[in-house]
Amino acid sequence: MRELTGTSAAGIAAALVEARTSAGSPAMGMVMTLVVVVDEDHATQAMECAREASHEHPARVLGVILGDGRGHGRVDAQVGTGAGWSGETALIRLHGEVVKHPESVVLPLLLPDSPVAVWWPVDAPHDPAADPLGGLAQRRITDAAGATTARTKAIGRQAAAYAKGNTDLAWTRLTPWRALLAAALDQHPAKVTAASVSAEKVSPSADLLVAWLSLCLRVEVSRHTSAGPGLTEVTMTTAEGDVSIARPDGLLASFRSPGQPDRPVALKRRTVPELLAEELRRLDEDDTYAAVARHLTKES
Amino acid sequence: MSPAASTDEGWTNPLRDPADRRLPRIAGPCGLVLFGVTGDLARKKVMPAVYDLANRGLLPPGFSLVGYARREWADQDFAQIVHDSVRQHARTEFREEVWKQLAEGFRFVQGDFGDDVQFDALRRTIEELDVSRGTGGNHAFYLSIPPKFFGDVIGQLQEHGLTEGPEGSWRRVVVEKPFGHDLASARELNAVINDVFPPESVFRIDHYLGKETVQNILAMRFANNLFEPIWNSHYVDHVQITMAEDIGIGGRAGYYDGIGAARDVIQNHLLQLLALVAMEEPLSFDAVNLRAEKEKVLSSVVLPSRLDLHTARGQYAAGWAGGEKVIGYLDEDDIEASSTTETFAAIRVDVETRRWAGVPFYLRHGKRLGRRVTEIAVVLKRAPHLPFTETATEDLTQNAIVFRIQPDEGATIRFGSKVPGGAMEIRDVNMDFAYGGSFTESSPEAYERLILDVLLGDPPLFPQNAEVELSWKILDPVIEHWARRDAAPTADGIDQYAPGRWGPECADAMLARDGRTWRRP
Repeated sequence: MRELTGTSAAGIAAALVEARTSAGSPAMGMVMTLVVVVDEDHATQAMECAREASHEHPARVLGVILGDGRGHGRVDAQVGTGAGWSGETALIRLHGEVVKHPESVVLPLLLPDSPVAVWWPVDAPHDPAADPLGGLAQRRITDAAGATTARTKAIGRQAAAYAKGNTDLAWTRLTPWRALLAAALDQHPAKVTAASVSAEKVSPSADLLVAWLSLCLRVEVSRHTSAGPGLTEVTMTTAEGDVSIARPDGLLASFRSPGQPDRPVALKRRTVPELLAEELRRLDEDDTYAAVARHLTKES
Repeated sequence: MSPAASTDEGWTNPLRDPADRRLPRIAGPCGLVLFGVTGDLARKKVMPAVYDLANRGLLPPGFSLVGYARREWADQDFAQIVHDSVRQHARTEFREEVWKQLAEGFRFVQGDFGDDVQFDALRRTIEELDVSRGTGGNHAFYLSIPPKFFGDVIGQLQEHGLTEGPEGSWRRVVVEKPFGHDLASARELNAVINDVFPPESVFRIDHYLGKETVQNILAMRFANNLFEPIWNSHYVDHVQITMAEDIGIGGRAGYYDGIGAARDVIQNHLLQLLALVAMEEPLSFDAVNLRAEKEKVLSSVVLPSRLDLHTARGQYAAGWAGGEKVIGYLDEDDIEASSTTETFAAIRVDVETRRWAGVPFYLRHGKRLGRRVTEIAVVLKRAPHLPFTETATEDLTQNAIVFRIQPDEGATIRFGSKVPGGAMEIRDVNMDFAYGGSFTESSPEAYERLILDVLLGDPPLFPQNAEVELSWKILDPVIEHWARRDAAPTADGIDQYAPGRWGPECADAMLARDGRTWRRP
């Protein structure tokens, strides 16, 4: 890890090349640039998650900490390549005037001609696409569940500000649930007349799931509060009876459908690196999320 | 999308949408019946792959695994065997809740392959699973057993009504290589299987075809504009397809002796790789069109007329390999001193199409070679004119595009570049694309992909009768030629080669005749 103080984008770029050469591997197998915008308190953990996710998608990970915007501009950075890992990282701290112009530091550090993803692990801008850093990226990843203020409103706000390329980890968390629910209807092809979702009190994922179900099934979807963790039960009512998936412990779910025995299904809550890796697998617009975000905005 | 997305009545699953590409394909309700539970393959590959699939959430709730073997086991003993194999060999982390999901669906039936009573018990077990686990009558029979038992098992399955499920359900059969030992036996085997199962229900597992890099050959060739223009005899000089192993035959004497390198590997893996490299662009990537192109290219493969000049074979001798003292093939347990089974085989074939006329394909496979590697090297012609002095290009050989199938899956492009310095000197350099240092950790094992495809009924990666028979048609004359030579009064035995190197001298001589050399992979 190399410490640079009072540096610039060129200084950081030179340090990255130097770190790579001294690690003995000048080849670049990296496929994208991942920009992590985070505060000082969450920086270490977020960078660790990004590093783990970039095992699947070798990336240049640029952590950006926006410091106090008053006073003279200064850029500090920690640059390094990890052992046994094909990506590289720079954690960049901005102070003073430059805080308002972070894109001027990040733009020269983007890998040539390859995709850019921005991830806000904690508090995201209200309109990520209009954000100076968000504007550099094809993929803007927010996490409504990570918001520290106004958590109940976070997902609604992101949905309202939806733009092509936006996505939220609250949506990513739903993939295994949605896969199972779709598989449930494959196995039990019947018209769903009503549905319900139970989850802990504040759960952006549950809000999205309600929106997705009501959008696809065109039925009323009721929302119930449970003790959690996270989502605990989804029920779809059909003429023959209920199809339901209940997961009280965040690990193992029980799958119920009419005329069939109850069956256990592993449905673990996934870690942030796993979610991030899924998110980076596709960098084009997620049409389904777009439709769900629109639906959520319309309903509220 | 899952094939179950719409049913005959026109019902479409409202939760499925082709645009929703996050949703993985989960197999519909089904079970797997495994014959040959105690075999290496079942324990090291099949069982761990089943667990890994469950861990990734790709198996349906209620998925069941039935073991059939001679051992006197209860369901729990079988579960213990699976547990041990998963603990030892699974790719993904062991999680109690995934295990719970799977473990309730384990059943064991004890019996011989000829045992009427026990096949009846197997049928009852499957029917019980349909009720208690909701497997819906859908079952795949995985024959992880020597081919000589296929006839018995398939006959029993038919006799006991196991080959047809209730209306709307499916029954499939999965077999592993070898698919026969020559054209006649392959036809016989196909006849036995096809007598009972229609061709689209037969899945022949060639695990090579499940590998990411193999599928990537198609992506690289047909998704790019960079390679296709030079993918022909105008630019390509020749192609070398190599599969090298650093180990000997180990304890597999019984299987290996009399089979040999050509039948074991060239007939299936290497000819399949050749087909993927040489085939024309398929109309689409579905099974029918892919197969059509593969069959076309395999039908146009011809052998040289002088097999004595364009094939090579050998046996590994005793010596030192990788710093270890190793014994020769003839010293292995249960191998006769007079055995002429080859452990190294190399052949030249030509593809008689407009695209490939005059471009030889060299295929080689051997045991106890320098290192474990499988690669396809497309070697280009030299530039027609070099405006440099001869000394400047002394170190420049031919450009090459190399696909590495295993290990370190990836691709390499080899081209000339100026050596920095005052003089103009041009030398070969490599540009390497690896699937990321640790990317391969997270990419699924070939068996996972293939087993999931079996359960989904998705056949593009599985060779069918015609491909298998065409491959034998190519190889049979070579094997007959070698057999004739061994039987001739002038037979001088089979060449021995030093272990840990790159094969017998006759293989080098074979390429030297064409004015070429083998690449050191």
